[in-house]
Amino acid sequence: MPAPTYHDDEDEAVLAIRDLNFFYGDFRGLKSVSLDIAKNRVTAFIGPSGCGKSTLLRTFNRMYDLYPGQRAEGRILFHGRNLLEKKQDVNLVRAKIGMVFQKPTPFPMTIYENIAFGVRLYERLPKSEMDDRVEWALRKAAIWEETKDKLQQSGLSLSGGQQQRLCIARTIAVKPEVVLLDEPTSALDPISTAKIEELINELKSDYTIAIVTHNMQQAARISDFTAFMYLGELVEFGKTDSLFVKPQKQQTEDYITGRFG
Amino acid sequence: MNLYSRRIWTNRMGIALSMLAMAFGLAALMWILWTLFYNGFSALSWEFFTQDTPAPGSEGGGLRNAIVGSLLIVGVTTLVSTPVGILAGIYLAEFGTTSKFAAATRFVTDIMLSAPSIVIGLFVYALAVATLGGFSGWAGSLALSLIAIPVVVRTTENMLRLVPTSLREAAFAVGAPRWRVSLNVTLRAVKAGVVTGILLAIARVTGETAPLLFTALNNQFYSADMSQPMGNLPVVIFQFAMSPYDNWVSLAWGGALLIALLVLGINIVARVLFRKKTQA
Amino acid sequence: MSETAPAEDDIHARQVRKFKVQDMLFHQITLVFAFIVLAALAGILISLAVEAMPVLKQFGASFLWTNVWNVPEDQYGALAAIYGTVVSSVIALLIAVPVSFGIALFLTETCPVWLRRPLGTAVELLAGVPSIIYGIWGLFVFAPLFSAHVQPALQALLGDVPVVGGWFEGPPIGIGILTAGIVLSLMVIPFIASVMRDVFETVPPPLKESAYGIGCTTWEVVTRIVLPYTRVGVIGGIMLGLGRALGETMAVTFVIGNANRIVGSLFAPGTSIASTLANEFGEADPGLHISALFALGLVLFIITFIVLALSQWMIRRGVAKQGT
Repeated sequence: MPAPTYHDDEDEAVLAIRDLNFFYGDFRGLKSVSLDIAKNRVTAFIGPSGCGKSTLLRTFNRMYDLYPGQRAEGRILFHGRNLLEKKQDVNLVRAKIGMVFQKPTPFPMTIYENIAFGVRLYERLPKSEMDDRVEWALRKAAIWEETKDKLQQSGLSLSGGQQQRLCIARTIAVKPEVVLLDEPTSALDPISTAKIEELINELKSDYTIAIVTHNMQQAARISDFTAFMYLGELVEFGKTDSLFVKPQKQQTEDYITGRFG
Repeated sequence: MNLYSRRIWTNRMGIALSMLAMAFGLAALMWILWTLFYNGFSALSWEFFTQDTPAPGSEGGGLRNAIVGSLLIVGVTTLVSTPVGILAGIYLAEFGTTSKFAAATRFVTDIMLSAPSIVIGLFVYALAVATLGGFSGWAGSLALSLIAIPVVVRTTENMLRLVPTSLREAAFAVGAPRWRVSLNVTLRAVKAGVVTGILLAIARVTGETAPLLFTALNNQFYSADMSQPMGNLPVVIFQFAMSPYDNWVSLAWGGALLIALLVLGINIVARVLFRKKTQA
Repeated sequence: MSETAPAEDDIHARQVRKFKVQDMLFHQITLVFAFIVLAALAGILISLAVEAMPVLKQFGASFLWTNVWNVPEDQYGALAAIYGTVVSSVIALLIAVPVSFGIALFLTETCPVWLRRPLGTAVELLAGVPSIIYGIWGLFVFAPLFSAHVQPALQALLGDVPVVGGWFEGPPIGIGILTAGIVLSLMVIPFIASVMRDVFETVPPPLKESAYGIGCTTWEVVTRIVLPYTRVGVIGGIMLGLGRALGETMAVTFVIGNANRIVGSLFAPGTSIASTLANEFGEADPGLHISALFALGLVLFIITFIVLALSQWMIRRGVAKQGT
């Protein structure tokens, strides 16, 4: 079955994935996946556990490079360059394509340093500009009010929801073009989840967002495009409204109506 | 006696014996500590800390030179073994998950953790003392470092392996190079555990006697020159305890108490620190 | 899709090149330090072998089984030292293994929960006590008591038994191979007990619960379920204790008597490899004597290496079972 590819003239593609295969040793985790991630839009990936949605997300910033035995074949075009090329520097990719994880991962340092750490890697800013950048990022992630009086406290002193917003702030402080979110709310309570969803909605005017979620309602609420994956294949990809209202494939319909998964 | 009551009786005997074993272990600890305190405290005095080791047959004296020597030797050992141990531990945790070289290093480290310390003294004698002109504080520190480094390597590696993969990935995800991920994020996350490892290594080498016998040797006089033979507590205790002079034997008990208190103190601090940090 | 890279990429590219160099350096530097650790062991083996060469050339392999240690006439054989090392370690294990098993059983099964941590910590602290403390305690406290009360009693009790009586012959002077073994046992109990406790804790609770569920007593659960399940790890722990005992210097040197000969009686003074080294190395003359001492060190190192390697392999296998 040829993988469906989405092209829409209105939207500029930031990431163009072409014929992507992924291997864990001999196991093929992704099978010829092709799709475009549209600029300044939210693209959601849904599907049952083990369908490859997280695997796909982790190819966008080459996170799999950390593990011997994992490899990707195919192309992921970002500004016309294939991210999967050997000579492509992964640090640069990761500075341009940020990632937020399932569990909050504050670094073991102060709140201020959590933000400044990534910025310092690529920019040499005077103290005052760094202060501004930290404030900007924390404001952008809607956590400035809660943290402005305790910037010198450990990032671990925050609550789980606050930690996750700190991680989002840390990611956008580096000024990436794309933000990858890997089930960012699955470890959070409903109120924190609502705050993060609201935040995602605001962020999409400046960033391109790709989110993996196990929660179909969440995908429906926040995304512009949705990709449904199953057993390593991209089954269906399209505008969120149409995919949820009128799925083209039987498998998609079964999944979103709760008949399996 | 029927089967059931025999089983019950066997069980009671087993449990009673296990309690006896525990009591035996605790009693031995108490007995050793008690004699140590009893004989050691009577040796402690102002002179104990301010005078140097007495000549054979002379009265009084203290252990000032040995205490200073031990502090210097152990201090240098700490300065050497901390960076070596941490960097080697990082290698094993970061780069050595699959390589044969790392597996071999890990195996050797585990052996060195329990290898006879006197053999390490022999090695350093052959390596440094015989070739580089004589016994010295440096040689003593080298020998102790070879004992301390494996402790630091293994705790560092084990601690780093406990860091959640998501934290490492998150650090890579902001575009950080590997060395910054290791030093600024993962190592910092396990700081308490690594410090505990270093403290345990210090505690271990503080009481080590055998490797100092043929490396630092001993020095009856006060000396802060690491390139000369150097007085140190364990060797002084060994020589004085085996001597026929009463004041020497008494000083040996005082020294033994001092060392035991130091070692137990460091052990307890390490445990408290680790527990507090890991519970937070 | 835009084909031109953003302008700031140039700055980034420079930074990224710097990172590459730094990462390579970082890899190499940590590799060098790991290599130092590995090289140290090889260095120990090589240097001992080189220094031992003169004696091994002179006496050949018979060095291992010759019972002579005559410094003035430069005649050396390791048998007495090996004998003392092995016999004192075996005595230590005979005492330490059952006691350690009892302690581990108590700590994992019968101890009230609130006491588990303090008692476990006490055992671990005991493992941290420097061996010289055991030695000085053995010499001044234990040996006098042992010679005054225990040795005469042992002679009265077992002196007339054939074969066994020979082990307890001679004047009860307090120091000797038996005393060394007992002091050593106190030193290795904490090591063996902590390993045993750790491997006992790897037994999956459902396994124990199902045994309790069919009416087993605690003793039966431990001897029929826990012990067979953890057999490999337990033996590994015992080997670890053996490795410690074989190589221990200070706890032995104070109380073994330092007589380089083999006597049937366990009351008689003897020597061990480590205590021979501690006593003679400092005053040894260059030449054959010092070479003989290095040869002893080499023998000790090889024996303990084999014992410890086996113990590591077994402990690792014992703990790995947890996952399967």
